[in-house]
Amino acid sequence: MTSRKSAIVLGGSSDIGRAAAHAFAKAGYDLALAGRDMAALEPDAADLRARYNVEVGLHKFDVLDTASFESFVGGLPALPDVVVSIVGLLGVQGNAESDLAHATTIMRSNYEGPALILGLFAEKFLARGSGTLVGVSSVAGDRGRASNYVYGSAKAGFSAFLSGLRARASRGGVHVVTVKPGFVRTKMTEGMKLIGPLTVEAPVVGDAILAAVGNKTDVVYVSGKWRLVMLIIKMLPEAVFKKLKF
Amino acid sequence: MTLLSGWGRFPVVDSDVLRPRSFAAVGEAVSSGTIARGNGRAYGDAAIGAVRTVAMTGFDRVRSFDPAMGRIRLEAGVLLSDLIDTFGPRGFLPFVVPGTRFVSIGGAIAADVHGKNHHGEGGFGRYVDSLLLRTGQGEVIEASREQNSDAFFATIGGMGLTGIILEATMRLRRVETGWIRERVISASDLDAAMRALEASDDATYSVAWIDCVARGRDLGRSLIYLGEHAGKGELADGVDAFPAGKAPGLSVPVDLPSMALNRSSVRAFNELYYRMGARRAGDSRVVSLYPYFFPLDSIGEWNRIYGKRGFLQHQCVIPEQGARAVLGEILDRVARRGDASFLAVLKKLGQGDGILSFPLPGYTLALDFPVRGDILNFLDEIDRLVVAAGGRLYLAKDARQSRATFAAGYPALQRFNAIRKSLDPAGNIRSKLSQRLFDEV
Repeated sequence: MTSRKSAIVLGGSSDIGRAAAHAFAKAGYDLALAGRDMAALEPDAADLRARYNVEVGLHKFDVLDTASFESFVGGLPALPDVVVSIVGLLGVQGNAESDLAHATTIMRSNYEGPALILGLFAEKFLARGSGTLVGVSSVAGDRGRASNYVYGSAKAGFSAFLSGLRARASRGGVHVVTVKPGFVRTKMTEGMKLIGPLTVEAPVVGDAILAAVGNKTDVVYVSGKWRLVMLIIKMLPEAVFKKLKF
Repeated sequence: MTLLSGWGRFPVVDSDVLRPRSFAAVGEAVSSGTIARGNGRAYGDAAIGAVRTVAMTGFDRVRSFDPAMGRIRLEAGVLLSDLIDTFGPRGFLPFVVPGTRFVSIGGAIAADVHGKNHHGEGGFGRYVDSLLLRTGQGEVIEASREQNSDAFFATIGGMGLTGIILEATMRLRRVETGWIRERVISASDLDAAMRALEASDDATYSVAWIDCVARGRDLGRSLIYLGEHAGKGELADGVDAFPAGKAPGLSVPVDLPSMALNRSSVRAFNELYYRMGARRAGDSRVVSLYPYFFPLDSIGEWNRIYGKRGFLQHQCVIPEQGARAVLGEILDRVARRGDASFLAVLKKLGQGDGILSFPLPGYTLALDFPVRGDILNFLDEIDRLVVAAGGRLYLAKDARQSRATFAAGYPALQRFNAIRKSLDPAGNIRSKLSQRLFDEV
């Protein structure tokens, strides 16, 4: 066994998950990648091992299968130092408005699953008295917008959960980071119209997550411009906001 | 449809761009008139499909690395910059790097790129042990010097026309540091420059920057940069063995008006550059590999400095015999014309490795020209000099040479086409470059 620090990435095959894994491996962390499709994770694991000479384990994890969470956490070979949850589902707002099953999947993928699994890790971390939990939420959770409020409301719930967990866990030596990436060029946003100056590449998010863990940052807007944009959006009176078409 | 161009931003062509996420999807993407595209650093039309273009930069994983042998297996979309930043600090660098690190492995193989060490150590393809190729007829084959060797040697320097390179296994150079001991020699004219390059055959790296505005007695005056990998003992105390690679600091934010580069601005720049270099001549110093190998990478989007209409790079190689006379004639015509840029490079090359590889033993001269006026006619005349001397042009830089110039320069074309046909009987793999230069019409 090594005495190196370790991190587990939930949602490891997403572009941001890969970027976070690279950032931590580069910094010398051993890694565990968790996701639904183990075969898809294997090339990423080989990539990390070859590049950074670190240990990389693979674990099956399905964010919708909450019944499996306790055995998932209990089945890990060791409790990691850092847990990063990237899992989420953008979905299609138009469909979610009338298709309850789709809306449910979006809500569960972005709120229920990530909150429950981080909550479970939090108990273990508090028992140990150390650890960092990172939840990737979204600027979309800062205010529900007409164009994506199903996704946004789930992210809002997740952000609120992280905020409360942080307040409680900080007394027990456990730190909680909320990450709000803004627009990121990834598979998830491929084909979407993104606003250039507000858009970052996935590796920038990975580096920001690693830095936030090191610096014990509470809430990270990956691009500082988003903090300002969302501040303005949050301050608009509802009477004005409801007339906006975005 | 997406507007595509190479690094020279000329020509700009509409193409159907696909971005597959799996090798199976790469196979499905191939149809009549397809070519792979890496990071788009070929200057002309090499990485633009006749109909569709398959973007490969998403395939950026390292598959395995054996530090004992320095052997690495990579997906074709990994950039050299990534390879250097990741494995440099572990003491491994590519054997061959071109003038920019922002090229993909697949692109580097397809163009069989050369570096400042070609005279002694050969090109990029020499260090490729094997590659995984998806041919035009849909087979996925492993090709090496021993297995499918025709496909291997046709793919090295084959401009992507043998199929889509998916992965490659290559050897890396073991280095103690990421620093280069650089020595500058100043040469007052072309004869002196060629003598200095000739006398530097045993230097690992050598390249000459030529002031192509200087005329008359000063024609061909140059600064010659020699380099060796520096050992740990050559570094000052407290210096990291591997320097940090900076992202481009300065960027050219907009297309400069085409007036920005004119006879007087280039002349003034060159005069200053030559004088500053000449003052340093003779002394030797240790520099980071980044500015040594990739001086222009520190300026983001430097191609915009030539304005919206883009630019042409003319890079020829002239066999050693008779090179002096032809190079003198070319430089004289360029100097009289007066609008070549400050980026004129002279370098000795050795034998090429692939069937269609650009290098041959002799001298290569690279010149940049903004696209304007009668530049195309002017370059056609230069091509006649090149052909008469038994030389040829570098396909990775080319956007405009004629079929006749190409055929004269690459006598192995028939053999290449025969291999290409056997891998792709239906002719699915075609680029704008192959259409322009050698596909049957």
